[in-house]
Amino acid sequence: MTLARKPLIMRIGNDRLARNVLGLLLIAAFLVPILNLWVPESSPFHVPSYVVALFGKYLTYALLALSVDLVWGYCGILSLGHGAFFALGGYAIGMHMMRQIGERGVYGNAELPDFMVFLNWQELPWYWYGFDSFGFAVLMALLVPGLLAFIFGWFAFRSRVTGVYLSIITQAMTYALLLAFFRNDMGFGGNNGLTDFKDILGFSLQTDGMRATLFFLSAMAVIGGYLICRMIVDSRLGRVIVAIRDSESRARFLGYRVEYYKLFVFTVSGVLAGVAGALYVPQVGIINPSEFAPANSIEIVIWVALGGRGTLIGPILGAVAVNYGKTYFTGAFPEGWLFMLGGLFIVATLFLPKGIVGTKSIIEGYERYRLRLAKYLRPYDYVKGGSGR
Amino acid sequence: MPKFKLHLALIVTTFAVLFSSPALAIDFADGVQALNAKSYSDKGRAAEALAATGHERTVTVLTALLNSELFYQKSDGEVFIAKKSGKVYILSSPLTGADLGETKKNALKKIRINNKLRGKLKGLLGGLTLMSADADQRFSAADKVFKASDPAMLGLLERALSREENEDVKSRLTRAHAAIVLEHSKDSSARIAAAKTLANFTNPDVASLLGKLSFLDDNGHPIEKDAAVFAAIKDAHKTVESQLSKWAVLGNLFQGVSLGSVLLLAAVGLAITFGVMGVINMAHGEMVMIGAYTTFIVQDLFRSHFPEAFDWSLAVAVPAAFLVTGAVGIAIERGVIRFLYGRPLETLLATWGVSLVLQQMVRSIFGPTNQEVGNPSWMSGAIETSTGLVLTYNRIWIIVFSLAVLAMLAVIAKKTMFGLQMRAVTQNRAMASSMGIRSGWVDALTFGLGSGVAGMAGVALSQIDNVSPNLGQAYIIDSFMVVVFGGVGNLWGTLVGAFSLGILNKFMEPYAGAVLAKIFILVGIILFIQKRPRGLFALKGRAVEN
Amino acid sequence: MKYTIRTLIGAGVLATTTALSGMAQAAETIKIGVLHSLSGTMAISETTLKDTVLMMIEEQNKKGGLLGKQLEAVVVDPASNWPLFAEKTRELISKNKVDVIFGAWTSVSRKSLLPVIEELNGMLFYPVQYEGEESSRNVFYTGAAPNQQAIPAVNYLLSEDGGKAERIILLGTDYVYPRTTNKILRSYLNSKGISDADIMENYTPFGHSDWQTIVADVKKFASQGKKTAVVSTINGDANVPFYKELANQGIKAEDIPVIAFSVGEEELAGLDTGPLVGHLAAWNYFMSVESPENEKFISTWKKFIKDDNRVTNDPMEATYIGFKMWGQAVQQAGTTDVDAVRQAMYGQKVKNLTGGMAVMNTNHHLSKPVVIGEIQDDGQFDVVWETDGVVKGDAWSDFIPQSAKLKSDWTYPWACGNCSVAKYAAQ
Repeated sequence: MTLARKPLIMRIGNDRLARNVLGLLLIAAFLVPILNLWVPESSPFHVPSYVVALFGKYLTYALLALSVDLVWGYCGILSLGHGAFFALGGYAIGMHMMRQIGERGVYGNAELPDFMVFLNWQELPWYWYGFDSFGFAVLMALLVPGLLAFIFGWFAFRSRVTGVYLSIITQAMTYALLLAFFRNDMGFGGNNGLTDFKDILGFSLQTDGMRATLFFLSAMAVIGGYLICRMIVDSRLGRVIVAIRDSESRARFLGYRVEYYKLFVFTVSGVLAGVAGALYVPQVGIINPSEFAPANSIEIVIWVALGGRGTLIGPILGAVAVNYGKTYFTGAFPEGWLFMLGGLFIVATLFLPKGIVGTKSIIEGYERYRLRLAKYLRPYDYVKGGSGR
Repeated sequence: MPKFKLHLALIVTTFAVLFSSPALAIDFADGVQALNAKSYSDKGRAAEALAATGHERTVTVLTALLNSELFYQKSDGEVFIAKKSGKVYILSSPLTGADLGETKKNALKKIRINNKLRGKLKGLLGGLTLMSADADQRFSAADKVFKASDPAMLGLLERALSREENEDVKSRLTRAHAAIVLEHSKDSSARIAAAKTLANFTNPDVASLLGKLSFLDDNGHPIEKDAAVFAAIKDAHKTVESQLSKWAVLGNLFQGVSLGSVLLLAAVGLAITFGVMGVINMAHGEMVMIGAYTTFIVQDLFRSHFPEAFDWSLAVAVPAAFLVTGAVGIAIERGVIRFLYGRPLETLLATWGVSLVLQQMVRSIFGPTNQEVGNPSWMSGAIETSTGLVLTYNRIWIIVFSLAVLAMLAVIAKKTMFGLQMRAVTQNRAMASSMGIRSGWVDALTFGLGSGVAGMAGVALSQIDNVSPNLGQAYIIDSFMVVVFGGVGNLWGTLVGAFSLGILNKFMEPYAGAVLAKIFILVGIILFIQKRPRGLFALKGRAVEN
Repeated sequence: MKYTIRTLIGAGVLATTTALSGMAQAAETIKIGVLHSLSGTMAISETTLKDTVLMMIEEQNKKGGLLGKQLEAVVVDPASNWPLFAEKTRELISKNKVDVIFGAWTSVSRKSLLPVIEELNGMLFYPVQYEGEESSRNVFYTGAAPNQQAIPAVNYLLSEDGGKAERIILLGTDYVYPRTTNKILRSYLNSKGISDADIMENYTPFGHSDWQTIVADVKKFASQGKKTAVVSTINGDANVPFYKELANQGIKAEDIPVIAFSVGEEELAGLDTGPLVGHLAAWNYFMSVESPENEKFISTWKKFIKDDNRVTNDPMEATYIGFKMWGQAVQQAGTTDVDAVRQAMYGQKVKNLTGGMAVMNTNHHLSKPVVIGEIQDDGQFDVVWETDGVVKGDAWSDFIPQSAKLKSDWTYPWACGNCSVAKYAAQ
């Protein structure tokens, strides 16, 4: 409790893990671009461009995982639809970059994006207005996911939809959006989505400088996102949120308007996911409806669980670790990588129930597994809910 | 039905009359040889000429051509009937039917036909078999003649009508007769009568014919010059169309029920593993997939060992799939899930991992491509009522099967000892344990039951969908929607949920299209859950709280 | 402050390891990137193409490789995940230093990797029929463009032999290939005197499995008195349930023929084709075509894959032609340098498996023959129509107003994929 009164920076300073990870991230944010741009390629200290792009992408995933941890780890809302907020943020920036192409599109049409030209659209749909301004696009990248989260949460939390019901309707939401964006008639490029981006704010996307900048921004966004989440969970409001997670009805009976607290974190989390998406799209160069796929959202939850739910640092590590593993395995074992990834999820849930961060050592995890094994081999000694011996 | 035998000679004479033009009267052997022409239109003429010979082997030869069993020898172009038998072809003479031994595949070349020729052949065969002794053959012959709409058949049709006693066949013959009269006759009163006759046939093909005859030309005048006939055609068309659209609603309902039964099958296993046990079982789809692959293996065994009993393969596949997936389910429960009870969200993670592994495992064993699972004969085709309503057999059986599976589950849950224990453990594990129930094994068997049911669903789905490693992924989301919509932990909820979503979807689809209909359904589910946060049939009591 | 130092060291270690892992080894072999999904939804189609490339590499190595060097495949799995195609392309070129990439199937995967391959000046061979409207300096398109598949197919349906269709139903999966192809077809059909009232367009999502309503709609649309035909651009997975429904509802090819652009021998392998005899497909290749090259290709394939029942299909032929052409171009250029090989590619000729010569044009598309086949009860196609000679692939369709004025020619003086005037004015 005394922790809460100290300034945020000191609280983090006392948290060894957070300090190390954030410190490392901060240094990498500056060092990696330097090593990439100004150290000659022949030098062993040079960081190749594709590594910069890769880790830049991982960092946006990390921010996304952070946003899920805020709602799931601290408020007990398991969202299986956070990919939707991420994708919407991405689409907002994608639309801006699409407008920036202008006459450089293959048909040289200054007004319409290519996919509209060859499908014979005559004029820009109204919801594309304004996206030629960078500021407006950024605003939308925050506002649209935030608004969706707010509206969705407004309905769901007031109706007291909880548990798996909530999880499944978040899944229904992202699935419905997947199908909607998939329709070519929606005017978002259908299955191909938005692609062939050229530049942003006049700087070409296909340069090492741009990649380094985006890497830097992503790293800073993760740090910023962490600080925001940390501020929230350490505050008085954060205590209430944790109380809701632990027993929603008790919190309600104590007089807290549970739905407003939930709505607040859910909306913040949606905005964070949108920011992650907005940073992601310029780095990968494409945004299409597959980002809405329910499987993607489930995967985000897995990063969080693997890293350590309710730790904020854990999800960052989990997202980077799982995705690095994916990149490595798909290249090194193209035929067998799903065995490894799937196996990893199973082993991690069994041996590391608290994630990488929550478990001090593998041995501890194994002990815990053995204990549970024993419980099931001699169930009468450990009857769940019983008084025990 | 009274069968009457007809002398072949009669057909011969009929045709001699029909095609009496001397230019067409050719030698049968030359006619057969002429089928091996270069162009399809030459082949068509050769077939016509052949039909006109009235030779007794004509039907055999033309049927062989239609079924791609007519070949020619590469060396000299001689035409044979050949049937594939393993790696060789067994030859027979088209002229006499005599067995001519076997030959290798590459010595022969198939006489190819195209759709146009195929249509023509069917028409000719229709005429040739119109007097057949077999009522089924006459029935389809009448339809073939109807489709060919050849005025030359008119005389033959009248003769056939006069001696036909089978009501079904008679009705079809009348239809064909009326169609030909309407389209080709010059007598306007006969045509008006024909149009009136056709108005009694609620059938898409009739609608098509009437539609064609009521077209307007480029200047907006009807192509039918006789005003009275035109009015009669218009009237008949309107009647048929309005009847058809009434039946279409029924068809739509059937489609909805059928989609509902598919959803029910896909979801019912999940209703146990997720609904009853609380395991967020992401590997459920893979159980369905494994069930489908079991069907493939069973059918493969049947194909290689008992090809004649292939129709029974599904009867073996259903229990086999239940046992295989049930065993896989028990293995998963014992190996992974039992350590995660009370932490449902972690089961999501672990089962997601299991699902990835199972998918890839199937992919490495069977390859990534589709496997062929055949429909047994009793599941192919459809009941086609004369009203244009098509009820496909495979869908009918799937509806029956889905209800049977649900009934079986209800019996197990309510009437057996295991069912009692299962309900006891899920309601209050501690209490059940202290009553002496081995809760661990009940868990394992319950999970096995849910997985086994999913496997049986796989057998059914293999009949209408791809059998590929991705099969399960296609159904997992829908399954969760159904279970949640119906209310977790309630089998009746799953039943009602599946059918209402299926029917709703099918009634929206014609207006909104497949994609939008699905989006509306999803949004509908989201809104519905706001109204009833625990689904359609919510469980009451304490167990709900956690 | 000692923790700060430790973190500093940590960051250094991170940077060093990533740097070291990126260092390339000296090339002893010629590396060929294989970028086909081996998992996820597209694995069903793409895995075959990965195996085809591996087979071609093995064959070439038996002949002593290229330029005295052995060929080495670098296989990665983009897992049907579109952004991953871009990432893997960057990895293949920057990290693995491959000389050429064979890969991609869906349009979106190609669009995803396009900026990367152009930035890094790589070379991609894309072996699948596609919607056209693209010509990249760094991509060679060995599959069919719409004018090599869709237009001849519709011509056939309208012809005497094809049944003189007067009403056309365009069924497709809702993505860019069907949308564009159908746009082109609609404007082509209009030019042939078929009005919009006689054209029905319908789109379904990927993997659509319940075709009852749509097949019933097809029947209804066809029952208006005019001869009706269906043009299907339904993608991969959704085809099996579609054809099963078609067969069960008793739609016969003589009444309503269905011509498909995405259904080949491999898709039919999961079906009992008995009730489907006579439905059509348009491709540049069928397994049933008899030629010495095809016979050899099929027997090599069956031996390589160790399965006598595996079939071959059109994208495999496109891969075969692409690979052979690239090999010839490398030998002609004497190097695997992308710019040199690209110059050598133009005019490169390879014998088609269906007879005749495939030629690589300066618009990066092939000239190939077009064949239309009818489904047989053994899961094969019988050719019922073919073009007299080869058809040159058009990057830009003449039937889309904005694209009709564009021209693609990557040689001097044009040097452009989408220009209406040459970049360098010829004197």
